[in-house]
Amino acid sequence: MPTHSTKITKPKLIVRDLNFYYGTERALKDVNMTIPEKMVTAFIGPSGCGKSTILRTFNRMYQLYPKQKATGEVLLDGENILDKKQDLNMLRAKVGMVFQKPTPFPMSIYDNIAFGVKLYERLSRYDMDERVEWALSKAALWTEAKDKLKKNGTSLSGGQQQRLCIARAIAVKPQVLLLDEPTSALDPISTAHIEKLINELKTDFTIVIVTHNMQQAARVSDFTAYMYLGNLIEFGDTSTLFTNPKHKETEDYITGRFG
Amino acid sequence: MPTFAHESRIKYQHWLDIVFRNITRLAAFSVLILLLALIASLVMGGLPAIKHFGFGFLSSAVWNPVTDEFGALVPIIGTLVTSFIALLIAIPISFGIAIFLTELSPRWLRRPLGIAIELLAGIPSIIYGMWGLFVFAPLFAEHVQPWLIEKLGPSPLFGPLFQGIPMGVGILTAGIILAIMVIPFIASVMRDVFEIVPTLLKESAYGLGATTWEVMWNVILPYTKIGVVGGIMLGLGRALGETMAVTFVIGNAHKLSTSLLMPGNSISSALANEFNEAVGELYTSALVQLGLILFLITFIVLSMARYMLHRLAKREGT
Repeated sequence: MPTHSTKITKPKLIVRDLNFYYGTERALKDVNMTIPEKMVTAFIGPSGCGKSTILRTFNRMYQLYPKQKATGEVLLDGENILDKKQDLNMLRAKVGMVFQKPTPFPMSIYDNIAFGVKLYERLSRYDMDERVEWALSKAALWTEAKDKLKKNGTSLSGGQQQRLCIARAIAVKPQVLLLDEPTSALDPISTAHIEKLINELKTDFTIVIVTHNMQQAARVSDFTAYMYLGNLIEFGDTSTLFTNPKHKETEDYITGRFG
Repeated sequence: MPTFAHESRIKYQHWLDIVFRNITRLAAFSVLILLLALIASLVMGGLPAIKHFGFGFLSSAVWNPVTDEFGALVPIIGTLVTSFIALLIAIPISFGIAIFLTELSPRWLRRPLGIAIELLAGIPSIIYGMWGLFVFAPLFAEHVQPWLIEKLGPSPLFGPLFQGIPMGVGILTAGIILAIMVIPFIASVMRDVFEIVPTLLKESAYGLGATTWEVMWNVILPYTKIGVVGGIMLGLGRALGETMAVTFVIGNAHKLSTSLLMPGNSISSALANEFNEAVGELYTSALVQLGLILFLITFIVLSMARYMLHRLAKREGT
């Protein structure tokens, strides 16, 4: 029996007839789905299936590159973010992103966090200190970083840098957090840290994660989407998808028969 | 026997290796030897003037070949001020060019613009000089300088810098021509270092909602600061030593004036103009000493830049 009926969910992102083009190449094909609020939704699939592409439409990161375009609708709380009138900076305040590799800015740990906050809010020194501490605590980095806030972000280890990037993303208090293979450059211990963190963060944020690692998807997510060649093949409750997939392709992929 | 042949081959290669190592060492040390020889000959050539004028040479503004009185203050100031003006103009413009080329320009425009900048860097300096004297200076005298004198001349703060009559040639004109000459160097270095910034780092900043300007100023510039300072130093090095173009437009007058519109002199253009006609030991020697001073100025400026970068790196504790 589908277990997802037991999860009470409210939609956060609704994707309607989403198509994506790199020049003339169609990378997403009529994708329709609903991403629930304050849950972890994972995208899995082989390389080039479009899972990173769909993530990059949620904050319109693709807009940096003139040849890329998306058609269809992505509704964030009912508002179409693909609309030309959508303000990109405001969208990105609501939808934060963390990347494959840690990308600390060339500035102090403190300033790494404060940088994003300052784009939207004028905070007093005291409030900013509080915000930095809050974000670092949320990202489980406060105890390790509190004595070296003035040090350059690059002086942290790889796993700490990635948590710094998560702290930086949540410091602006977004509603949605996009994680694009956040642990692919990290060792197993740091990976475990991040996965634990994801589990804690979902009480406050809607999390969408792209991962190469199926076990990771199974461990951290509530819902999983399997994509192949730009198509959304199957989307549903994570435990159902992994134990009782509806589609043959999904089953082949998760049992390791290909990909 | 095969083993014998093998051994001799190894010996031969070993010997080749020693020869090769010594040749490279010789090449590397020849640079050092040349540098020392150059300094030594400048000091020796300048010795009569050093003995005769002492440190007063640096602070005296007199330059009179007839009475054999020489002081380096005017060309030193001319060199520093024209280079300073050049950087003041060239740095922001180069920064703009580099931002546009790396972040904003449509792809099809990047190559032609990049090539144009490289061509600009390849134009011989005498052409800049001729253009400056025959085209730029008259236009500048007619349209810009009167305005500067009228609008900025009465201002208490900047007024002294903009006094006199519009002549076209002068310190400011030389600084502007120098700026045009160093822009291609600074801009192309800036563009090259901006291009190596990892895409993910830029996307991270854009992903937080930063604007292009905020990404440039807060992320790309700090990330590339060593390269950027290096590019500026390259431009400054060129501006300090530039001879032909400056000679054409600086006016070549050994006169000290607070006004940037008045003619002045720079070390390199004094050397280029006067070596031919320098008679007498003291005159020649004074010119050689000017050369030594230019060398020292360049050396000090470059050392200061290195020290500054070192301090920056230390303060960040990376």
